[in-house]
Amino acid sequence: MAGQMIPQLIRTRGLTKTYQVGDNEIRALAGVSIDVAQGEFTAVMGPSGSGKSTLMNMLGCLDRPSAGEYVLGGRRVSDLASDELAAVRNSNIGFVFQTFNLLARTAAVENVELPLVYAGVPAAERRVRALEMLAKVGLAERADHHSAQLSGGQQQRVAIARALVTRPLLILADEPTGALDSRTSLEIMALLQELNQGGMTVLVVTHEADVARFARRVLRFRDGHLVEDHANEKPDDARAMLRAEAVPVTISAEASA
Amino acid sequence: MLGLLRVAMRALAVNKLRSLLTMLGIIIGVAAVIVMIAVGAGAQARVEEQIRSLGSNLLLILSGSTTAGGVRMGFGSNLTISEDDAAAIPREIPETMAAPALRGTAQLIWGNQNWSTVIFGVTPEYIDVRQWELAAGRMFDATDIAGATKVCLVGQTVARQLFGGADPLGQVIRVRRVPFTVIGVLESKGQSMMGSDQDDLILMPISTARKRVLGASNLAKQRSVGTIWVKVAEGYDMKTAEEQVRSLLRQRHRLQPGQDDDFSLRNLEEVAATQEASSRVLALLLAAVASVSLVVGGIGIMNIMLVSVTERTREIGLRMAVGARTRDILGQFLVEAVTLSLIGGLAGIAIGIATAVGIAQFAGWRIVLSPESVLLAVAFAFTIGVFFGFYPARKAARLNPVEALRFE
Ligand SMILES: Nc1ncnc2c1ncn2[C@@H]1O[C@H](COP(=O)(O)OP(=O)(O)OP(=O)(O)O)[C@@H](O)[C@H]1O
Ligand SMILES: [Mg+2]
Repeated sequence: MAGQMIPQLIRTRGLTKTYQVGDNEIRALAGVSIDVAQGEFTAVMGPSGSGKSTLMNMLGCLDRPSAGEYVLGGRRVSDLASDELAAVRNSNIGFVFQTFNLLARTAAVENVELPLVYAGVPAAERRVRALEMLAKVGLAERADHHSAQLSGGQQQRVAIARALVTRPLLILADEPTGALDSRTSLEIMALLQELNQGGMTVLVVTHEADVARFARRVLRFRDGHLVEDHANEKPDDARAMLRAEAVPVTISAEASA
Repeated sequence: MLGLLRVAMRALAVNKLRSLLTMLGIIIGVAAVIVMIAVGAGAQARVEEQIRSLGSNLLLILSGSTTAGGVRMGFGSNLTISEDDAAAIPREIPETMAAPALRGTAQLIWGNQNWSTVIFGVTPEYIDVRQWELAAGRMFDATDIAGATKVCLVGQTVARQLFGGADPLGQVIRVRRVPFTVIGVLESKGQSMMGSDQDDLILMPISTARKRVLGASNLAKQRSVGTIWVKVAEGYDMKTAEEQVRSLLRQRHRLQPGQDDDFSLRNLEEVAATQEASSRVLALLLAAVASVSLVVGGIGIMNIMLVSVTERTREIGLRMAVGARTRDILGQFLVEAVTLSLIGGLAGIAIGIATAVGIAQFAGWRIVLSPESVLLAVAFAFTIGVFFGFYPARKAARLNPVEALRFE
């Protein structure tokens, strides 16, 4: 769990994923070796089709690599059976998606409870923990609202609460601000930054330099290869920017493009 | 489990009309099962009741032999059994009572009323053997037989048609111009299994019938009769009694081994059982209808569940991403299919019961509703839900999470 002393939370060696499409073999990931320490805030960047989402799927144990090794929190997970992977995802990984993926016609609090259902947590405890997480993302009073009754930013915060509710080792966010306007994006990044400051390891896939600048580390991909691993000594503070209310315009320039 | 049920109910509530239409096949199938069992059990109960009303442990001996088709040959012209046969049966087989009967038809006249009916010339044992009851008056006795007195008993139909509201007791009616005093009225017995009115008759002493009413024309042999009813004592084996009566009559008629019987012997319970078999055929037919619509209903469920799985591919992907295992997804969709079929089943039970009650009310059929048939219907609905829900549920459970999440 989050408090253990492990040198590297994520460790991949020669991680490869190939897809067979007709006669063509597509190498979505071509031997990626990375290490991510606990508590890091990492942005994954690269042009479309460079393998960012594929990497996230591998790191999130949603899929098995074609070749290579993946060790998560000291456990080799690259060749687990699918139900074992489901258990790893349930207890270790929180996902945040571009399209939120909340269940329709379901209250926010029930959406947040969902991972706990599969963890076998009793209903009463589920409710308490889910409400706690909703409060943490600032949506305590929206617990009974359905996704159709929430704004995009609120939906994404519900999704983040859902990602956090099992107290995972890391948060994987694939273009979490891709469907949001600039100010809302800034709020989401502020939330992720605060979680990171609380010790959570966060990986964010993004197209936008304006999102990546909040990360301490930026990984750049091209054609399935890791081409740049860059440390950002002075990441911007999203919360401070929100407070200043000065710069939302600069973020919107690319976000709405 | 309760959580799964809630999730299923919510999913089904999203498309209420679609869920309802999907259930239709199950509703019809289950309703058919309920009606089938209610009507089938009703028919059986009716047959059993008729056996009881006919009187159990009865053998019927008819004059003349029967053809393969059961049609009696030589009726009337050749009466092969006699009152002496009837007297011999209880004497030789103490476990039996026998009552001979001579049958004819005649016009009855009372005042200016007249009515055509069936006349039975019988002995005093007759009503005991047939297990008939008297509504009023008395049965004639041995003295009446010996003296060939002109007394008779009338059935309810005759009483109603001839006397209207008047009390038949003590009235004098003319039977083929011979005056008879009514000394008794029979209790109503309703329709026979063959649909004839068992109350449209009069009974008179066999000696009187022979001498005064039916004449000598077709009764050449002075003691011959058309039928003998034999009542076998409770607990005595019917098959044994039947064989004993048969061999006694063959011996009395001096039939050689190999020679056909000159009478026919029937066990009434067997006749009733034949009827029961035909109602079973009807039940089978209904069962066929029920099973076809249940299968069609099941396929409907499978179809809609496949659509549902496709529509909710992203939801499935999300559930997998947050930790749902194969069996969780399988369970979710199976519960949904079973919920669909069980709700349909319950609606079908309600409609089936309503239909059966309606049939009883308007068509006058006898129905029997049993808790077993409801349980059976529920079991059917459940099985169909599981059977036809399994394939779509397995399809959902086998989805690849990455592809499911990516699904548009
Ligand atoms: N299921 C698949 N079958 C075949 N090819 C696939 C499949 N999934 C991904 N690919 C291919 O793998 C490559 C990497 O895809 P990936 O989704 O990882 O890119 P990405 O970096 O996330 O792009 P984007 O920024 O557009 O989201 C692409 O060329 C894509 O076409
Ligand atoms: Mg992508």
